[in-house]
Amino acid sequence: MNLLFAVMIGVLYGAGFYLILRRSFVKVLIGLILLAHGANLLILTVGRLTKGNPVFVNSGTDATAFADPLPQALILTAIVIGFGIQAFALVLFKRAYKTAKTDDLDEMRNTDLSS
Amino acid sequence: MNLIVLPVILPLLFAVIMLFAWKYISLQRILNLVGSLILLIVSVLLFTTVLSDGVQSLHLGNWKAPFGIVFAADILSSVMVLISSIIAFTTALYSFSTIDNERESFGYYPLLNTLIMGINGAFLTGDVFNLYVWFEVMLISSFVLLVLGGTRNQLEGGIKYFTLNLISSAFFLAAVGLLYGLTGTLNMADLSEKIKLAGDNGLITVISIFFLISFGIKSAVFPLYFWLPSSYHTPPSPVSAIFAGLLTKVGVYSLIRMFTLVFTVNSEFLTNIILIVAVFTMVTGVFGAASQNEIRKILSFHIISQIGYMIMGLGLYSVLGIAGAVFYLIHHIIVKTNLFFIGGLIQKLQGTYELKKLGGLYKVYPIIGLLFLIPALSLAGIPPLSGFWAKFLIVKAGLELQEILVVVISLFVSLLTLFSMTKIWNEVFWKPAPKDNPEISFKHFTLSKKIMIFSPIVFLAILTVIIGFSVEEVFQIANQSANELLNPINYINKVLGRF
Repeated sequence: MNLLFAVMIGVLYGAGFYLILRRSFVKVLIGLILLAHGANLLILTVGRLTKGNPVFVNSGTDATAFADPLPQALILTAIVIGFGIQAFALVLFKRAYKTAKTDDLDEMRNTDLSS
Repeated sequence: MNLIVLPVILPLLFAVIMLFAWKYISLQRILNLVGSLILLIVSVLLFTTVLSDGVQSLHLGNWKAPFGIVFAADILSSVMVLISSIIAFTTALYSFSTIDNERESFGYYPLLNTLIMGINGAFLTGDVFNLYVWFEVMLISSFVLLVLGGTRNQLEGGIKYFTLNLISSAFFLAAVGLLYGLTGTLNMADLSEKIKLAGDNGLITVISIFFLISFGIKSAVFPLYFWLPSSYHTPPSPVSAIFAGLLTKVGVYSLIRMFTLVFTVNSEFLTNIILIVAVFTMVTGVFGAASQNEIRKILSFHIISQIGYMIMGLGLYSVLGIAGAVFYLIHHIIVKTNLFFIGGLIQKLQGTYELKKLGGLYKVYPIIGLLFLIPALSLAGIPPLSGFWAKFLIVKAGLELQEILVVVISLFVSLLTLFSMTKIWNEVFWKPAPKDNPEISFKHFTLSKKIMIFSPIVFLAILTVIIGFSVEEVFQIANQSANELLNPINYINKVLGRF
């Protein structure tokens, strides 16, 4: 289970970084989304994967077999923030495409060139 | 103590009220000014409380630390909140005559307030994941402020700023996750103790490098700063002034906080990396500035080289070094914001930021020349202004630790800073006005607008001079703060409620 998650996180990170290095807006955006998913799964995995254990245990009972709810709370927050930012990104990239008439990041060098 | 939560709640409250007054722009303006004034008063109160009573902390919802979310204010936090409130207040004044109606009617003022809320939250929180959330609050407001208006340059700069900062957030999130997996806590004070028990040094180093990359992108250090010079000169002048003053400094604050409180285990390895990064940041930043011919681009590159000094103070990792870094933060935020304000004023007078098209300003308005010289010479480190003392402290700390090469390079960089400032001075003030752009005047500026544009500049210039002449007091605060950062036992006890 852990190995499967590790490989999946690796693939998500790899694909994310590959896409971020592309020149098209949309691919960069998809790359950023994959990266965020990779980070979320990473939190879930390092917060110990357990199956079928309760979240809360009574005091006095064996506390080793319980599922930690905190990583999931963190991920939930991260998903919500990520969702908002990705929605903003879509609008930003669309607007940039309409204004600049291109989706090639190499064409967007106006602000870096010294006039 | 509830005072500590006010610097976060107040901007939120005012942002919400402004949203209800969406169509009444003049009401929003006044609300913004009143809100930032109240914020300033609250920050002064918080600062004096922290100075007299020591570290303040608040456990939200009465959940005991390390289980609940904690707000904590030591001297560094409260100083940063105070400075950010000063900048918020001056920007509120400056916005009156420099922001256009269109941007005002699309939520400029509420966004300014949510930006300040995110910044203050990041300064005050005592929880790593909470820090991530405050960073995102700050970032989303800054994204919108940066592209508000939607000109081509703004959108292009915005995309670069957006993408690189999002990558930084992904690193931050991954580092937080790994840290939790390793220690089982996210409270910074608790982390400080638990991380020593973890023992697994390899993974801790990886996590600390993740934090270094993430905060490095946010504070614009070499080689992660490319978003800054391509975006900071695109928005209107008040927006770039508040960005230049505060945003990168939140990254520097987080670096100082994390690398003094949490990652002290293998500091030898880390401090060497930080020092090398600092040197390259200083040098590349100042060379970048020397090659530019647009006021705001020159100033943007200077932000980078100045960040190098602060990081150098952290990298030296002595009491004097950290005190120097804190002093530098105080000095730099005030001076840099002021320089961007003056840049905007020059643009209002002659309609451009390009040095080639500017000139002859000294003949018409010598007072602006004087107002420019105060922050410019302070930035370059001319005594007795604040920048000299900031550099002096850091250089002295470097000499005490025998880091001769780093010190020599930092002095060389400060010489080049003076060169850049002289360049702006020569081109904008002394050179005769160019033939194709001879007109120098406040077009349709009423007297009240003139007062509104000059008062923040004068205020910050006076502050620069005051810091320069009362070094002893400011240094005492910086020194106290450095001692607190390097021996965080009081902070830890207060946050964890052990008394």
